[in-house]
Amino acid sequence: MERLLDIRNLKVWYSTYRGFAKVVDGINMHVGKGEKVGLVGESGCGKTTTMKSILRVLDSRKVHIPEGEIIFKGSDILRMNYNEIQQVRRRSISMISQEPSAALNPVFTVGDQIMEVIRHSGQFDKNFSKKDMKSLAIKAIRDVLISDPERIFDSYPHQLSGGMKQRICIVMALVTPRELLIADEPGTALDVTIQDQIHRLLRSLVEEKHMSLIMITHSLGVARELVDRIYVMYAGNIVEAAKTKDLFKNPLHPYTRGLMDCVPRLSGGGVSEGIYGYIPDYINPTPGCRFYPRCPDAKEVCSRQKPPATVATENHLVACFKYN
Amino acid sequence: MDKHILDVKNLKTYFLINKSRDKANYVRAVDGVSFSVKEGEIMGLVGESGSGKSTIAYTIMGMYKPVEGEIIFNGENIINKNNRRSMSFKKNVQIVFQDPGSSLNPYQDVRQILSLPLKVHKIVPRGKIEEKIAEILEMVELPADFMYKSPTSIGGGEKQLVSIARALCSNPKFIILDEPTSSLDVSIQAKIINMLLKLHREQKLTYLFITHDLSLMRNISTKVAIMYLGKMCEVAPTEDFYKTPMHPYTQMLLSSIPVISEEEEALKPKKVVSTGEIPSPVNVPKGCSFHTRCMLSTDICRSEEPIMHQVSEDHFVRCHLYKK
Repeated sequence: MERLLDIRNLKVWYSTYRGFAKVVDGINMHVGKGEKVGLVGESGCGKTTTMKSILRVLDSRKVHIPEGEIIFKGSDILRMNYNEIQQVRRRSISMISQEPSAALNPVFTVGDQIMEVIRHSGQFDKNFSKKDMKSLAIKAIRDVLISDPERIFDSYPHQLSGGMKQRICIVMALVTPRELLIADEPGTALDVTIQDQIHRLLRSLVEEKHMSLIMITHSLGVARELVDRIYVMYAGNIVEAAKTKDLFKNPLHPYTRGLMDCVPRLSGGGVSEGIYGYIPDYINPTPGCRFYPRCPDAKEVCSRQKPPATVATENHLVACFKYN
Repeated sequence: MDKHILDVKNLKTYFLINKSRDKANYVRAVDGVSFSVKEGEIMGLVGESGSGKSTIAYTIMGMYKPVEGEIIFNGENIINKNNRRSMSFKKNVQIVFQDPGSSLNPYQDVRQILSLPLKVHKIVPRGKIEEKIAEILEMVELPADFMYKSPTSIGGGEKQLVSIARALCSNPKFIILDEPTSSLDVSIQAKIINMLLKLHREQKLTYLFITHDLSLMRNISTKVAIMYLGKMCEVAPTEDFYKTPMHPYTQMLLSSIPVISEEEEALKPKKVVSTGEIPSPVNVPKGCSFHTRCMLSTDICRSEEPIMHQVSEDHFVRCHLYKK
């Protein structure tokens, strides 16, 4: 499959008063054209930081990117000038955030905000009137299964429920043609029944428009239902990458296994012990594997050396000395 | 075992939202809920946000005054005119809140937080408070020197453990857990849940566990109740509840849960697809409040409110489909 996005050895550091927090520690991942990819990890593991660095929306005064490349359609996003990155944001990559009420501006109507996206996309010529824009926006609102788009078009974000607001965010992300959608836990702030609706909607829209999707989530269940391939992230490292089916059939990395054990099952069977310990300090991390202090299978070598990503089976990568 | 520790009968809690000359508008947060909890049970109270599950908890604790109904704890009706709770009730019933960040005073250290209930209920003489605190911290498996820490300097999981320790200070019989793990990661959640189960065994506690996570309830509860718009839809013992979910809303909830194995997938009701959103509790739909989202609704659902039907010994459903 042709690669649309290729992240190579990306490192992202935050500067704090104690020194640099090495939040993203050399990750490699790629997204093919039309592929749906999941990035799964617990809070604070660096998933959102990675995604924000793709769009370069991190605060440049606090963030230092010492190494790495983010190749999007052949050019490196990290080395683009302002105009170039702006073009990528306008035309190619869009993002849905976790908190829909924070993503929408409370002083403009929903319609205004959607029209702004259309206006700045630069994908329409001068003959494209305001009326055409509005009808495009209304059609897009109807596409996300809102039954009365005209009323929603003229309402303010506070007049809508959480699920509706998230639908509007999806409209804004998809109203103009895009190649890649980054969805950052779009269902987390919502109830399960609404979350289920939003996920089904996202999947059908992405498939219909032949886009690529990066789904960030902390829930293995959500990833299993939505994506083709999963990256499991722990403390700034990708610890395992595999096709969804393979990952759930045969999880390899001790962290992935621990995480799966922790999920309470609908079929019963009690609650597991949890994973021993807490996530490590990012400012002075261990020189070896970052999971080493919590790992049940830790060996001596794990404390000294970083485990490289090894191919366990075809298309199944794992960063653990157990499989080296 | 069969002794009822808590009986709630036809509880109604309304909130006034605006009052004009001719009519007053109320949010019917809890609208005629009855249930009972036996000694030693873990009762799960499940519902989406806005269904009134937390309001029930707060009404029991005396934070809200009910409009109507009885709450009987240990054979005594605890609702009185000024809505004050007796000292012995306050000692016997404790609550753990959802967000440990905002329920612990950041200006006090853990020792101060834990010593207040010990002083108020005169559990130990003043000189022995620190000893007792160390003992309670040990119960939740925190080191004794934790008492000199401030809530701002500890992690989310540890904060929740401190909240649980605070609830344990007065040797309660009954603890209300209001979504104690919903803001935590699954690996931390597993630890807290194990701790709660251990305490339940060792201290012979009874829990009212409020949550929106049905898969968690499958693994820990003995009885599950589902709330929708201030009313109870279905109550059943856990085994029965997951084997034969009856109310259409329960089926919708179960079918929306993202799961991680084929085995669980098989347990989800197949034909139910989540649609619509929870209506505003100010304008509750006429008849059955769920009819706007129900796939099986008929004319009677739109006009007549269903009553609780007993389908088997302990299994109750509030739906017209099960009318005999």
